[in-house]
Amino acid sequence: MTASTPVPEGPASTSKRQQRFNEGTGRLAAILLSPTLLVLAVVVLFPIISALKESLFQSGQRLDENGFIVKGSTFVGLDNYLDIFRGETGDRFWNAFYNTTFFTVVCVVLETVLGVAMALIMHKAFKGRGLVRASILVPWAIPTVISALLWKWIFQADGIANTLLGSQVLWSTEGWQSKLSVVIADTWKTAPFIGLLVLAGLQTIPAEVYEAAKVDGANAWRTFTRITLPLVKPALLVAVLFRILDTLRIFDLPFVLVGQHKNSVETLSMLAYDEASNVRFGPAAAYATLLFLYVAVVAYLFVKILGADVIGEARAKKPGGGRRKKNGGAGAAAATAAVGVSAASGSGRSI
Amino acid sequence: MAVASSFALLATACGGGDDGSSGSGGSSAAALEGRGPITLASGKDTSGNLQNQLNAWNASHPNEKVELKELPEDANAQRQQMIQNAQAQSDAFSVLSMDVVWTSEFAANQWVTQIPEDKVPDLGKLIPATVETAKYRDKLYGVPVTSDGGLLYYRKDLLTKAGIAEAPKTWDEMLAACQKVAALPEAKGMSCYSGQFEKYEGLTVNFAEAVNSAGGVIVDKDGKPNVNTPEAKAGLEELVNGFKTGAIPKAAITYKEEESRRAFQEGKLLFLRNWPYVYAKAEATDGSSKVAGKFAVAPLPGKTGPGVSSLGGHDYAISSFAKNKATALDFINFMASEERQKANIEKTSQAPSWASLYDDPALTKQFPYLAPLKASILGAQPRPRVVKYGDVTAAIQAAAYDTLKPGSTVTPDKALADLQTKLETLITN
Repeated sequence: MTASTPVPEGPASTSKRQQRFNEGTGRLAAILLSPTLLVLAVVVLFPIISALKESLFQSGQRLDENGFIVKGSTFVGLDNYLDIFRGETGDRFWNAFYNTTFFTVVCVVLETVLGVAMALIMHKAFKGRGLVRASILVPWAIPTVISALLWKWIFQADGIANTLLGSQVLWSTEGWQSKLSVVIADTWKTAPFIGLLVLAGLQTIPAEVYEAAKVDGANAWRTFTRITLPLVKPALLVAVLFRILDTLRIFDLPFVLVGQHKNSVETLSMLAYDEASNVRFGPAAAYATLLFLYVAVVAYLFVKILGADVIGEARAKKPGGGRRKKNGGAGAAAATAAVGVSAASGSGRSI
Repeated sequence: MAVASSFALLATACGGGDDGSSGSGGSSAAALEGRGPITLASGKDTSGNLQNQLNAWNASHPNEKVELKELPEDANAQRQQMIQNAQAQSDAFSVLSMDVVWTSEFAANQWVTQIPEDKVPDLGKLIPATVETAKYRDKLYGVPVTSDGGLLYYRKDLLTKAGIAEAPKTWDEMLAACQKVAALPEAKGMSCYSGQFEKYEGLTVNFAEAVNSAGGVIVDKDGKPNVNTPEAKAGLEELVNGFKTGAIPKAAITYKEEESRRAFQEGKLLFLRNWPYVYAKAEATDGSSKVAGKFAVAPLPGKTGPGVSSLGGHDYAISSFAKNKATALDFINFMASEERQKANIEKTSQAPSWASLYDDPALTKQFPYLAPLKASILGAQPRPRVVKYGDVTAAIQAAAYDTLKPGSTVTPDKALADLQTKLETLITN
């Protein structure tokens, strides 16, 4: 973000005045920004640092001869991290890692396809458009825990899903069916989010471009791939990035819909939660930190490779040589920072 | 919930500075001193009667009033709030309404204070099994105020029709009764039996009951895990075979209390293991229950004789960080008294811990399940009383679920051997 501070330029004669001016505004800016920075330091920086610190300690694991827990915490270095990869916990971690990644890839792909389709429908002018828009957005408006409960009812042994399918699938038991139920419920809830953001992007595409395409005789598919997709790409990429970050932290849906300690749907957030609820805050913080790193890496790569313009910088600045690249980097850093906060401080989403 | 856990992370991080000190509160021999206002931290009061109970205390103790700190309905969330409070060494909660399985953890961490037994004059009048739930290493850390035990709900109408006069006392009798009833035209589409077999605390309860009812234990009297025994295996096999033969419906692997209650109310089950709260719902005549007036309750069946229930209920304990501990103790004695417990069951149907209330003629008339419930609780055993209860119950659930789930290839032998190994690493005291 320091990139936005203008660098003084120009001949030496004016530079002194300029500098004083810059110093003055710089100080004023610092003063004006300090409350924000202070708040950020308290609610963002401090939790991250204390979680990192916590992850290097262990406490409450030994009993004295009277049966009381030995108080105080001991510094264990990286043991909490190493333990995660050892033996049974290692299997559990990689299983959760796989589940988290699986949900992210499958859900986000499905949501993107459906979301774009929804946006295209919502964008069309037709009778009852308002009603369609509102009804598509309903799932997004429902809190995740509530929608998890709704789907739990649907996927019950004697629920409506089994009645419609005419089968006796036990959805909440271990296996592909529990994974599928989570994918369905997550897609149902969050495809409208992508739809909404893409719709906003669609509305910025001028009608003339389409008219021109029509005049040139382009068919609907060509229009979609050559005009709609490239022009809506900035909005779409941001929407997809948000969904990826969100799904990597997925917690409440599998937790409520399927339940705890089920190998088929256990995710990294759930591991952190499990450790914390058993009063092992060191290992819990270690899990949360690993998740934070994973999310940060994914976000960074996504922004780097696809060039998602997360903070709208590229469009505001004039296109110029090396500048663009720098912006990309700043955007990526900002995105990873934002992600890190939510991952580290949340150890899962609210339930 | 996750928010809560992150706050917990924060709370411990903040408290990190004074970790070196041995902790001021919680010394077990501390005198229970100080009088004045106190608070009661308790889960959401779904009965609506708790405040009435507190009002009765407040009316006679104007200078030592108790204020209710209502916690969430979910037991895990309650536990987390109490733990956070203890780790912050806050005096916001004076009296804690602890689930019976938390005692060891709370006591070992010295989050609750030891209560000298001679300071609880009514202790002898309470059902001994319920008092046991409040003990850690033979010392008392709480007083049971409510209890709970499993009951066998059965379709009396169908049993009578099939010529069976009495509720079954053993599993074999129960299965025999099912076979007889299955011949009746009314029994079409019905399953024999269900408990709660979803992977959650209820599975621990049902597993423990099966093992205990076959004469086995999970954790023995000395606190050592001893689950890899022929008796425990017999108990687990009873459940495995129930699923295999279809005596327990396949869907039961997804049942918690409510799902199994609905299945019974819809007439899909001949026998159901559940808690006393089901009685009023299944007896409802507003059309929600198809079995109103057609069922009765009995103590749980076992392998060769009556079964052994797991214990539920709540113990009131004094937070180590509370002010006015003398008032807190008086308040606990007040809430555990016969008069208050009677007033409570009359309004809420919550099972009392006071033994003689189960024989009260007026109450047994109002709650027909009290007699079998008394038998159930008198013979009941607490779930494992261990410091790391959260890990232990998760291990038990994993072992039981892996053998019971559809298509499982895990044999009871292997599951119990693995569980024994796992418990040995978790229970080190």
